[in-house]
Amino acid sequence: MPAFATNTQPGVAHAAGLVEPGWLAIGVLHDIPRQGARVVRTRHGDVAVFRNSSDEVFALLDRCPHRGGPLSEGIVHGRLVSCPLHAWQVQLDSGEAKAPDIGCVPRFPVKLIGTQVYLGLQPLAESRARLNTVD
Amino acid sequence: MKKQLVLVGNGMAGMKVIEELLNQAPERYQITVFGAEPHGNYNRILLSPVLAGEKKAEDILINPIDWYAERGIRLHCGKRVSVIDRDAREVRTDDGIVQPYDQLILATGSLPFIPSVPGRDLPGVVSYRDLQDVEHMLAASRQYKNAVVIGGGLLGLEAAYGLLKQGMTVTVVHLLPTLMERQLDAAAATLLQQTLAARGIAFKMAAQTTALLGTDRVTAVQFADGSTLPADLVVMAAGIRPHIALAKDSGLGCERGVLVSDAMQTTDPHIYAVGECVQHRGQCYGLVAPLYEQARVCAAQLAGDADAAYTGSVISTKLKVTGVELFSAGEFQGGDGCDSIVYQDAGAGIYKKVVLRDDKLIGAVLYGDTTDGSWYFQLMKAQSAVNHLRDSLLFGPVSDSDGDSKPAVLDWPDERAVCDCNGVCKGSIVTAIRDKGLQTLDAVRAHTKASASCGSCTPLVEQLLAAAAGEGYQAPTSKPMCGCTEHSHDDVRAAIRTQHLLSLPQIFQTLQWQTADGCDKCRPALNFYLLATWPGEVQDDASARFVNERNHANIQKDGTYSVVPRMWGGVTNASELRAIADVVDKFQIPTVKITGGQRVDLLGVKKTDLPAVWSDLAKAGFVSGHAYGKALRTVKTCVGSEWCRFGTQDSTGMGIRLEKLTWGAWTPHKFKMAVSGCPRNCAEATIKDFGVIAIESGWELHVGGNGGIKLRGTDVLCRVETMAEVEEHCLAFMQLYRDEGRYLERTAPYLERVGLAYVQQRVVHDAESRRLLAQRFRDSQRHFQKDPWAELAHAAARDQFIPIADLS
Ligand code: SRM
Ligand SMILES: Cc1cc2nc3c(=O)[nH]c(=O)nc-3n(C[C@H](O)[C@H](O)[C@H](O)COP(=O)(O)OP(=O)(O)OC[C@H]3O[C@@H](n4cnc5c(N)ncnc54)[C@H](O)[C@@H]3O)c2cc1C
Ligand code: SF4
Ligand code: FES
Repeated sequence: MPAFATNTQPGVAHAAGLVEPGWLAIGVLHDIPRQGARVVRTRHGDVAVFRNSSDEVFALLDRCPHRGGPLSEGIVHGRLVSCPLHAWQVQLDSGEAKAPDIGCVPRFPVKLIGTQVYLGLQPLAESRARLNTVD
Repeated sequence: MKKQLVLVGNGMAGMKVIEELLNQAPERYQITVFGAEPHGNYNRILLSPVLAGEKKAEDILINPIDWYAERGIRLHCGKRVSVIDRDAREVRTDDGIVQPYDQLILATGSLPFIPSVPGRDLPGVVSYRDLQDVEHMLAASRQYKNAVVIGGGLLGLEAAYGLLKQGMTVTVVHLLPTLMERQLDAAAATLLQQTLAARGIAFKMAAQTTALLGTDRVTAVQFADGSTLPADLVVMAAGIRPHIALAKDSGLGCERGVLVSDAMQTTDPHIYAVGECVQHRGQCYGLVAPLYEQARVCAAQLAGDADAAYTGSVISTKLKVTGVELFSAGEFQGGDGCDSIVYQDAGAGIYKKVVLRDDKLIGAVLYGDTTDGSWYFQLMKAQSAVNHLRDSLLFGPVSDSDGDSKPAVLDWPDERAVCDCNGVCKGSIVTAIRDKGLQTLDAVRAHTKASASCGSCTPLVEQLLAAAAGEGYQAPTSKPMCGCTEHSHDDVRAAIRTQHLLSLPQIFQTLQWQTADGCDKCRPALNFYLLATWPGEVQDDASARFVNERNHANIQKDGTYSVVPRMWGGVTNASELRAIADVVDKFQIPTVKITGGQRVDLLGVKKTDLPAVWSDLAKAGFVSGHAYGKALRTVKTCVGSEWCRFGTQDSTGMGIRLEKLTWGAWTPHKFKMAVSGCPRNCAEATIKDFGVIAIESGWELHVGGNGGIKLRGTDVLCRVETMAEVEEHCLAFMQLYRDEGRYLERTAPYLERVGLAYVQQRVVHDAESRRLLAQRFRDSQRHFQKDPWAELAHAAARDQFIPIADLS
């Protein structure tokens, strides 16, 4: 299951909506500003869906591991986002804070089919354990 | 009676003799100095930073005119000695000065070599040797566009870089296929050429100049292959020749230079010679460090130490082009019987080569990273055996004692010289840092002169400073912008301007950024530089804006925002306050506060409400207060002559006029103003970036203050009479700061960096410069003065303020 998605996959003939169980269509790629993010409200809290300069898409809980800053408002560079509150850098593909800072934010599966962006609402297994540590 | 000592040549080597002599035997001689140039002695090495606008002429003076008088030295400034009468033991000038001597020192330096091509006497053709040449070049750069520099050696490249920084289009013409062949091997020369080409200097290599064309002024340069280049300014930097005419005419032994013994004596025992005019054991030197060694020996001889001897020097060179790191010393080419070890990292632009013979280091070329240059130079001079270091030589000095990587200079004995130009040893630097509590490189330079001349020992001095001063030390700022690049802020700006770069991707590509799309440090800076350099042409890049400037409100610790509408000059009225009250009720905004900037802050607004809040405020006539931006913030005012019993002018009206003119302008850091109605200064104008204080006769203008972390009171810029003059000076100052301030550098540090005198020159004394700066500011306002709230409050832009989907 891809943790991030690139735009290189050929368009698949699935209509919008559920592709397979657990995947939810949240919008098209162009709804997310390049090198920016949009927020999805979920039962886990807000999830930030990022798009970087190579049109890769990533999803993280929208809460900085430092003091809960909204990562969706950060500057996106490479596969990193810099938190707007105190400039911690968080890795989009792992949810880990970049050294020397220590911390991790749950990430969510996303995929891109054609231009449709799908979000999986189950936090990825290896980061789910850490969900509690964020609060 | 004291003996008469006469110096001919008020330059670097000659005056070093005098300074040393005053230390060793202050009472021994009555000293007279003749200098053909109309100044006190200055640091010729630093002409290039003057040309590049990084230093001012007065910054490079070593001995101002008063210095001579204070020490009882008779100075004939602007007087050329034309005759030495060795029989009568006197020197004479053409205008009739006759000065007898017991001992004479010749230090006449060099003459620029001008190839004998037709057209070499045309106006617009200059050499590069003294302050007057620099003045000619600076004058030409203000009036003309195309410069051609003939000669791709150290002088030529420094001249080219300076002219480029002055905004000219520059081509360097070189006779040989590689640059600086006397200091660099082909590999390093190629790297250098690439770097300079990326900065915007054009090159014509392996080209022979045959004529300079033009009638009233030079217009073009012609080459042996028949091609031509347009040129309004031609700089001849094709080499130097020892200036020996005076010595030769008086019958002293001369070959290429004036012949001297190890005692620095010429063939006449009453006459000494030092500096570039000298030939010693077959060598002529063109760099300061060896000339200063000669000067010390000469001074010791004159002080009575007959054993003092000069035995020749090993030399090293450094190019003074900001941001280009280059070091060369000794026999760097290698060849028969030599062993070369090379390290190359093309990606990082680093090249290092050391040359060994018989286990000794005999030469080195470093490009890109010159930190170890001084260490190699020490090894060469000490002629130490380096076989045990062979494997690690290229990775720099590691302290022998404990194997950790602290800089080796810390282990040096106290008496070892760090700065060869000025002969300053490690011990005196460390003592000065400790006893005087020095914190900056400039302070160490001021107190010890270490690294104040050619600068090649700067890394060593910085290491000593860092070790001794500890935490407080901050390295100077020609450092890279961030981890994505090696270029400094100033370099990047110059490239944006000279190469007309218009977008972030273009910068990343042209300047070879090491990351694909920068980082959160460089992107906002670059976006600002682009907008400030090419207003109207460049598209603002939202992805390079910090959240506050993207959402036009201040983010708070809980992710909500604060909104500050503009209140012109801090003045409001009932209907504005009513509109604000309605917004507060409608959106249930939890906190309303009067700010320190004389307006109202609405705190705790939810992101999703921002567009609607703005739209309601806009309907009541408000625009954004930019309380979040690196931009014009507030203009505080006091009540002034309209109400106050002390008020002398309409400070409120003046403040409102300034705010209406300047709102929306982006600046390197936030920019605050205030206008007070009398010197009681209730609006606190003296801690603002631009402050105005009304006086009986008009207005006193202040610049460079801030409250904040490091409090700084303003400096007085000037006094003016009318409101229109206040406006023009304000706009000109803001534009100058916008042109030259580095991103996140407020006006206070900017002013301290460039100096008040410089700002006064550009904004006060030079009326034309002021007018042009103000005009450029007004022009750019046509593009910047758009209310960001109005632009974001319409429906299409609202999407980004709401979630893309709600799955909860
Ligand atoms: C709202 C206000 C405090 C208040 O309630 O009065 C304020 C609030 C903030 N100030 Fe300030 N400053 C406010 C007046 C001042 C003043 C007083 C003045 O302007 O006369 C100063 C000292 C004067 C000066 O700047 O020279 C001041 C010196 C600072 C500094 C230190 C600047 C410095 O150069 O050292 C910062 C930090 C920075 O900018 O990096 C800062 C930064 C901030 C920030 C933007 C911090 C941030 O990034 O979140 C605060 C935003 C709070 C918010 O969301 O609104 N604020 N701040 C004032 C807004 C004035 C306005 O109407 O726009
Ligand atoms: C642009 C530039 C950059 C340089 N950069 C470096 C560098 O980075 N590192 C380095 O080590 N060196 C550098 N140099 C070289 C260095 O400046 C010279 O080696 C040094 O100044 C020579 O000192 P001097 O005293 O021999 O001659 P000068 O400093 O030239 O002094 C000679 C003086 O004598 C005067 N004079 C000549 N004849 C007479 C006369 N008959 N009567 C009266 N006065 C007379 C001249 O007008 C002149 O003022 C640079 C030189 C230039 C021009
Ligand atoms: S600055 Fe002077 S004029 Fe203005 S309020 Fe204060 S006292 Fe009155
Ligand atoms: S909350 Fe993200 S860096 Fe502090």
